[in-house]
Amino acid sequence: MNKLVFFANKVVISGFAIGSVYAMGAIGVTLVFAILRFAHFAHGDLMTVGAFFAYALTVLFPTAGASLGLPTGFVMLPLAMAMTALFAMALDRLFYRKLRANGVKPVVMVMASIGVALMLQGLVRLFAGTASRSFFIAEHKEIFRIALPIEGITRKLVITEPQILLVVFSVLVVTVLHFFLTRSRFGKAMRAMSDNADLARVSGINTQTVVMMTWVIAGALAAAAGVLLSLDVSLKPDMSFNLLLPIFAAAIVGGVGSPFGAIAGAYMVGFAETLAVFNWSVLLRPLAGWLPAWIEIPVKLAFVPTEYKLTVPFFILVVVLIWRPTGMFRGKVL
Amino acid sequence: MHAGYGGTLILKGVDLQLQQGQIGVIAGPNGAGKSTLLKSIFGLLTVHSGSIQLAGELITNVEPNVLVKRGMAFVPQEKNVFESLSVEENLQMGAYLRRDNYNHLLEKIYADFPPLAIKRKQPAGELSGGQRQMVAIARALMMEPRLILLDEPTAGLSPLFMEEIFAQILGINADGVSVLMVEQNARQALTIADQGFILTAGKNRYTDSGQHLLQNPEVAKSFLGG
Ligand SMILES: Nc1ncnc2c1ncn2[C@@H]1O[C@H](COP(=O)(O)OP(=O)(O)OP(=O)(O)O)[C@@H](O)[C@H]1O
Ligand SMILES: [Mg+2]
Repeated sequence: MNKLVFFANKVVISGFAIGSVYAMGAIGVTLVFAILRFAHFAHGDLMTVGAFFAYALTVLFPTAGASLGLPTGFVMLPLAMAMTALFAMALDRLFYRKLRANGVKPVVMVMASIGVALMLQGLVRLFAGTASRSFFIAEHKEIFRIALPIEGITRKLVITEPQILLVVFSVLVVTVLHFFLTRSRFGKAMRAMSDNADLARVSGINTQTVVMMTWVIAGALAAAAGVLLSLDVSLKPDMSFNLLLPIFAAAIVGGVGSPFGAIAGAYMVGFAETLAVFNWSVLLRPLAGWLPAWIEIPVKLAFVPTEYKLTVPFFILVVVLIWRPTGMFRGKVL
Repeated sequence: MHAGYGGTLILKGVDLQLQQGQIGVIAGPNGAGKSTLLKSIFGLLTVHSGSIQLAGELITNVEPNVLVKRGMAFVPQEKNVFESLSVEENLQMGAYLRRDNYNHLLEKIYADFPPLAIKRKQPAGELSGGQRQMVAIARALMMEPRLILLDEPTAGLSPLFMEEIFAQILGINADGVSVLMVEQNARQALTIADQGFILTAGKNRYTDSGQHLLQNPEVAKSFLGG
């Protein structure tokens, strides 16, 4: 039974946490695709930039969170989200809008976004170097060890405060986004434009405003994902590189352009990663008595070593695309 | 007026005029530039030379969302509904620029187009061709326009639906809305037209009242199938 708690800690809780990070990133990728029709490769870097905004604010006001009883980095989150939203709009204005106005092919937009990604990575290294940092400067990370009220279980359920914030925040974001897209006038205009941009224009919808709103949402969510992940683990200047593939996998697996597909895809990729790197011998060892003698349980038995975790989303991507080329949900429109 | 796509000029000197409250019908062979003409009027293409006026005001190369505010509406020939949005959401998008309460108008539209009332929660993409055309026209009516541009509203419809759409258009016109429509079923359309325009190769060949065009033997021979 203790082993099952270990499993819950390593797979269920971690899977939910990383799945939530991927979900917030994948929603942004999918929204940008639904409205602007190109794959935004600089999305991981929006996350890094967002995380650094929050980090800078945390360094400036290291004790701001104490009065609220929350990590300072989390208290700075709304500000960082707003700053990243503005940053994303600025990127659009500087790079993407001109290309769009010239009616370039989506491939050109993708190439431009790769350029932007490289540029942002360079900028981050220039200002922040390559070292990892912790958001917990003047405070410490709260870790809850919950004893389960079941006899025979001594191992505790371990969950960190950032993980709780992460899951709660992403559920909140997804709910708000759902009501925004299905109930609000502007959200419907976004869906209309993703369905048929020409007709949206004919209906009097200002498509430029919709594009800006898309960047605001995508940027804000990217910042939230970046900050919350960095709170839980650490702020790594190169994190965009490790996030981009799982996020794209999540968006594609779910059906590009479908926000709910992106969420489903994100948790799928998240859980697949934690399941793949889990050391299954821990669960098998208690069964050793029942197994035939010739089977020897190795010390470490994982599908994929942790350092090759990045192959998991890639594998899922390939499998899902063979089985269902449009993704799990019908994609393309919101 | 001269206009086209990018470098290619399609319209080479079109000239037409419609009085307020009238129905104008544009007919002509495939590729004559009929759709191009409507798109140019509605600010979707760049007009290179010439001018367009709405009730005496210049509207050449004015953005569509401005034209919508000025009382113009456009129903394109293809892809004229938001397929993934429900019928009601399609109508709400038609009323996007309205900030007042337009429930009375929704009710009027549902009364005028009964099939839409039944299917109001269904995605427009799941509707039949005739019903989609109704959604498209109803969407354009949500701003209560003074002038509605229709591009082949009966294309691909069965004769029964065609009759119904023509009746709807007459009804819209009776409410005081001017109508400028492109029609493939020219003979039928010209019978309800105050003004008719026969467009060929980017120019209007014949311009006359609908009745006169129908009686003109040359027009009948070349464009109305004898
Ligand atoms: N988006 C476009 N880009 C370039 N050329 C176009 C475009 N759309 C149409 N054309 C060309 O413009 C010309 C006129 O097309 P238009 O659609 O206006 O004809 P139409 O009179 O509406 O014909 P139909 O009866 O088939 O609808 C055609 O030669 C067509 O090939
Ligand atoms: Mg046409």
